[in-house]
Amino acid sequence: MTAENAADAPTRSKWRFLLPLAAFLVLAVLLFVGLGLNPREVPSPLVGKSAPHFELPQLHRPDQRFSEQDMRGKVWLLNVWASWCASCRDEHPVLVELAKSGVMPIIGLNYKDKREDGIAWLARFGDPYVLSAFDEKGKVGIDYGVYGVPETYVIDKAGVIRYKRIGIVTPQIVSQKILPLVRELNREK
Amino acid sequence: MKSKLLTALLLLAVALPASAGEAAPTAADVALEKRVMAISEELRCLVCQNQTIADSNAGLAVDLRNEVREKLAAGMSEREIIDFMVARYGDFVLYRPPVKITTVLLWFGPALLLALGLWLFLRTVLRRRASAMAPLSSTEHARAAALLKNTEGDR
Repeated sequence: MTAENAADAPTRSKWRFLLPLAAFLVLAVLLFVGLGLNPREVPSPLVGKSAPHFELPQLHRPDQRFSEQDMRGKVWLLNVWASWCASCRDEHPVLVELAKSGVMPIIGLNYKDKREDGIAWLARFGDPYVLSAFDEKGKVGIDYGVYGVPETYVIDKAGVIRYKRIGIVTPQIVSQKILPLVRELNREK
Repeated sequence: MKSKLLTALLLLAVALPASAGEAAPTAADVALEKRVMAISEELRCLVCQNQTIADSNAGLAVDLRNEVREKLAAGMSEREIIDFMVARYGDFVLYRPPVKITTVLLWFGPALLLALGLWLFLRTVLRRRASAMAPLSSTEHARAAALLKNTEGDR
């Protein structure tokens, strides 16, 4: 660099060597935030839409059927579970506890399971569900965009999905997300 | 040697369930199967996110392939089936994300970075060349002469 040039822009070039560092910091922050994101949590297009219609036999009473229409006028939880699903077992005590509180009815969707396995599983770990619908082929699961059991939906009185949880429902999710939302939805007419 | 054996065993352990899980539904209609695969190539398997449902043998991928097959057999068009999947699983199910405001950076970010890099590179090269060619000014001549004199004086 010539002396003239250096004299031209002493202030401009004084901090220029910090530019790569700044760029690095920006990138580092971006990547760090990225680390905290869970790629498995895909935003569901169903939130804010009517819960897809289905009609399925019940798990315990094969001759009785259940449809999401039966829950019209109630705020309720739809929980997708299966006896083969390991994380459902982790989630289960939270649901049993929530059912005891009686804040809202919980309906189970027994997803791609064997009937006797599902019934035995509930007998062993407790049954938090008002009833479970039996989705043997997983067709209803596809309509609800299920891809990782367990999944949980909060559905309002008008039958609109208001919240979806992919993965296990933790006590934090219950106290911070589900309970406040259900209270709010119950106030709606 | 021991580690080689271990590696071989591990590889085998990985390969075995993969082949055991193979589910190749036999469709009599080869043309239909071709269309099923063509659509499946466009759909992401949400369980194993870097695979399409054509590549994956996860339970959900098999189910979705069957769903595609049934819908094709029922006379639905490719477009309708893709829309059906997007309505349930969101844009994420598309293996090629659509160009939208939220995906502009994804689509054009790399080109933008390349352009920025080229611009910086060219600017640096041109500046260097310009400063190398520029003749010395009189003050610079004087400074150079003074410096030279100093070094001679030191000897």
